[in-house]
Amino acid sequence: MSIKNAPAYRQSNKKYRLAPLDSKHLTGLARIFFCLAIISMVVFNLAPFLWQFFSSLKNSKELYLVPVTYIPAKVSLTAYEKVISNPLFLRYFLNSVIVSIFTTFVTLSLASFAGYALSRLKLKFKTALQFLLLLACLFPQIIFLVPLYELMARFSLISKPLALVLPYVTFSLPLAIWMMTRFFLTIPKEIEEQAMVDGFKRLAILRKIILPLSWPALATTAILIFIGPFAWNEFLFSLSFMIKDTSKTVPVGIALLSGTSMYEIPWSQICAACVLTTLPLVLFVIIFERKIIEGLTRGAVKG
Amino acid sequence: MAEVRLENITKLFGGHIIGLKDFSLQVKNGEFVTILGPSGSGKSTALRIIAGLEHPDKGNIFIDEVNVNKHLPQERDVAFVFQSYALYPHMDVYENIAVGLRIKGCCKAEIQKRVQEVTGLLEIGKLLKRKPKALSGGQRQRVALARAIAKRPKVFLLDEPLSNLDASLRERMRTELKMLFNKLKATVIYVTHDQTEAMSLSDKIALINNGMLKQVGLPDELYYQPKDLFVASFLGSPPINTLEADIIGENALMCGKICLNISSDYRLKLKNKNKVILGLRPEDIKVYLEPKENTYLAQLILIERIGKYTILSLNWQGQILKAITERDFIGQHKRDSIWFQFDMNKLYLFDKETLNTI
Repeated sequence: MSIKNAPAYRQSNKKYRLAPLDSKHLTGLARIFFCLAIISMVVFNLAPFLWQFFSSLKNSKELYLVPVTYIPAKVSLTAYEKVISNPLFLRYFLNSVIVSIFTTFVTLSLASFAGYALSRLKLKFKTALQFLLLLACLFPQIIFLVPLYELMARFSLISKPLALVLPYVTFSLPLAIWMMTRFFLTIPKEIEEQAMVDGFKRLAILRKIILPLSWPALATTAILIFIGPFAWNEFLFSLSFMIKDTSKTVPVGIALLSGTSMYEIPWSQICAACVLTTLPLVLFVIIFERKIIEGLTRGAVKG
Repeated sequence: MAEVRLENITKLFGGHIIGLKDFSLQVKNGEFVTILGPSGSGKSTALRIIAGLEHPDKGNIFIDEVNVNKHLPQERDVAFVFQSYALYPHMDVYENIAVGLRIKGCCKAEIQKRVQEVTGLLEIGKLLKRKPKALSGGQRQRVALARAIAKRPKVFLLDEPLSNLDASLRERMRTELKMLFNKLKATVIYVTHDQTEAMSLSDKIALINNGMLKQVGLPDELYYQPKDLFVASFLGSPPINTLEADIIGENALMCGKICLNISSDYRLKLKNKNKVILGLRPEDIKVYLEPKENTYLAQLILIERIGKYTILSLNWQGQILKAITERDFIGQHKRDSIWFQFDMNKLYLFDKETLNTI
């Protein structure tokens, strides 16, 4: 319900917005170029996924056929059957879901508070703090691997979901905080001042006024955390901290899918598993993106 | 209903930019006071300080003789109407009005009663289920007012509430506001940069510039007895005409090439001064189509017909003077020149150096 109104506020910084480029304004040649650019980008981006999708539908004989067939001659779903009937894969999937949802939820809650503080409260060293946050993103992940492993081992968290959620939250936070701060700054101060005069306390303002208005930002940030490098798709930490087979997540699980002998790589199963793991993301994005766009196009506060 | 008193409020932004300087103002119970000033003059700052949204660096704020310097906005029992209305976008009209009452601790029946009362008063009773986005500018304005009135605060603080409305709606709301607050007998502090609004609404105007109070008084006092040139030129539309003049005798001025005799009351006041600025309101310049005694010739450079009146722009010795005449004074003929006369009794004299009224 609240999603619809929020970005009303965009109106107040109208001057920063570019006028939408109407395709009618483009002359013939420019138009062709734009279309070509878009098409080639889409093809370039989607080709690997399509390749994967088609491969997942081929039977193992066709998979190794030379010359290559692009579109499978005979659609076979055996790869999917095998993946789904593999109890370990389902376990990986479940682990991924749990870890990612927890990561997203915890990150989002913390980022809302932190973002609110950074955007509204008078804090000492605010700029320094924001800079430090960004700094944390600059280090390559791998340098944290050993120390974190030590830490997890010390607290006997190895092979427990928490061993992933904790670092994931930590590494997702800077971006999430940054995004929430930016968004909160676009909400006019008057609304909060009105709330103050009305008698709301700080926390109530955040809970009853600001967050209901922030659905679009929350949804966007949620997507970015969920599909970002530190939740659903994370590989390195998961590989290192999740030693028990039953606690691994999907990316690692797929990499470890093996055939009947150690010399056989079950490509079609791997492809099928990849398709299956990507689907939830696509769904997730589609659901939330509609909300975001819905939010972006709603009316304004001022008359 | 309450009294508000500001005592020597000083507010600096960033340590050195003056928001308000030594600002004092007394608002009596039930009075409608307008803080008027150009943009950036500190008028909104004053209002925000009363509401508790800003904290003064120096000075005291009293509401009903209680020093509220340290009180939070919610403890001051004021209602603030923002220029942008600041409606809660995710709540419908009823909620927007009710939410503040709920926090105040009103019971459900009481809230319902009050919402009904104010929405009836402001004729928005049919909009209760609508969200702000589905309201027009005027309706949002009414909701913002209704929300303030429903609170029954000690003081209403209104920050340019009409400036987002279009001209005709603004005029209508102005009349309505006046009647509304007359009926409520409420203490109102109203901030605007629009002198017409200030003149028509207020019991008292406080004119402010660069964070400093210029003059407080009845609207007529400010208009007819301005303390200095700023006050004189801020009030009135078109603004007061100004001309530089040299003092050449005890009560004689030389303005350009002509000599003006002024009332002898000024004799003492003009001592030790060389230059003055003459101020004459456009309505006090009389124009004639033919030369007469004590009239001066001027070029007619612009005719603005604004309905009941016509505003003439005259070029006299290289200076532009504006004069207001009746609508059909000029007729439809084109003319280049015209004669005018100063109404010497309505002349204002300002000191060239201090700009104060003499």
